[in-house]
Amino acid sequence: MRLLIAIIAAVALLITEYRSERLMPVRATLSMLTDPLKYLVDLPISLFENVSTILTSYNTLKTENTELRQEKLINKTQLLKFEALEKENIRLRALLENSFKLGEQVLIAELLSINLAPYEHIMVVNKGTRFGVHQQQPVLDSNGVVGQVFRALPFTSEIMLITDPNHAIPVQVNRNGLLTIAVGSGISNQLNLPYLPNNADIQAGDLLITSGLGGTFPAGYPVAVVDDFPQTSNKSITHITATPKAMLDRNRELLIVWTNNTPIPLTTPIIKTPASHE
Amino acid sequence: MNNEHNCVRIFVSLIIAMCLRIAPLPENLALLNPDWVLLVLIYWSLAIPERVGIGHAWFFGILTDVLMGRLFGQYALSYSLIIYLVLIWHRQLRQFPLTQQSAFVFGCLLISQLLLFWFENLKAPAQLHGTFWLPVLSGTASWFIVYHVMRFVRRF
Repeated sequence: MRLLIAIIAAVALLITEYRSERLMPVRATLSMLTDPLKYLVDLPISLFENVSTILTSYNTLKTENTELRQEKLINKTQLLKFEALEKENIRLRALLENSFKLGEQVLIAELLSINLAPYEHIMVVNKGTRFGVHQQQPVLDSNGVVGQVFRALPFTSEIMLITDPNHAIPVQVNRNGLLTIAVGSGISNQLNLPYLPNNADIQAGDLLITSGLGGTFPAGYPVAVVDDFPQTSNKSITHITATPKAMLDRNRELLIVWTNNTPIPLTTPIIKTPASHE
Repeated sequence: MNNEHNCVRIFVSLIIAMCLRIAPLPENLALLNPDWVLLVLIYWSLAIPERVGIGHAWFFGILTDVLMGRLFGQYALSYSLIIYLVLIWHRQLRQFPLTQQSAFVFGCLLISQLLLFWFENLKAPAQLHGTFWLPVLSGTASWFIVYHVMRFVRRF
């Protein structure tokens, strides 16, 4: 009898969750009980990292600091050029009467070192709906696209990596703008490119960037580099793979991105940064 | 034995099992990480079936669902089903030597993993490899450890 009740309740929950998102508040409430466990499991590792930072010698820190300073200088000069280019791009688009998306906000989230299911490529970070994180937000690191927010709970959120077998990301080849879709392979550090036409102009070493189609990922972020593949006449049969640019298994800090989804009309002058000169 | 103490022990052991479930193991070991929550639940329902039953199994199943980010109710369903089986046969099972018990545990873990397999395919046809079934074997092997550790905890 009890079994019957338990099974009916569980099946009812399963069906509701499978069909709709109505159980999200229940999950959020229950996650208040389970999220402390996630932080508890993560605690020894983050403690170890903190201690090792404390124990790093003065000299190492000093050299690191100088290196970072230099890197920052280089980055800043590059950004100056980038801003000028962006303005130019906006002006050109205005001539074409095209709209331009801009304004992206980021939040730095730290990975919790826990393991949910080894056959899925899902990671947990320490920022949730309390910080305004919501489903389907793109997640980046300093090198490229990491994945998207799969489920946002109050204190943590689950992130599906681009290598998850159930994940697909619209990309384009940076060299020639060829559009395709990169599907996760289930193997860490590998993406598959199954939807390429026979005569596709793609080479090993091509950089794939987000195309912005589909609306989840903002356009123009690096995703992966195409791997070597045997040259045959029939590319649709050839198994073409790519290696993600982001350090999926090494980074502890990730960026969760908010994109401005309303394109800014270009008839009005855009004042964004005082850094670039007209 | 004190009932209240037992309650605390059950609760704490299940919390630890849930922590072990999400322990950050290296990739090869993570494939072997067995379903600790189910093992501990089986132990308690064998040891004190009058206190730990389907209700506990269901509740901790739901918590595990939330913890692991699964579909709501899939662990709840498989845990309550398996604890039901344990409760039916707990008299015979208690008489069994540990090896025979572990054969039963193997069956339980297999059923649970089968249900999980079905739900995972329902949610999204993921490419599950043969390694998906490894936790069943490692779980059976861990039953010996769980049994001795938990008996120590119970009699402590």
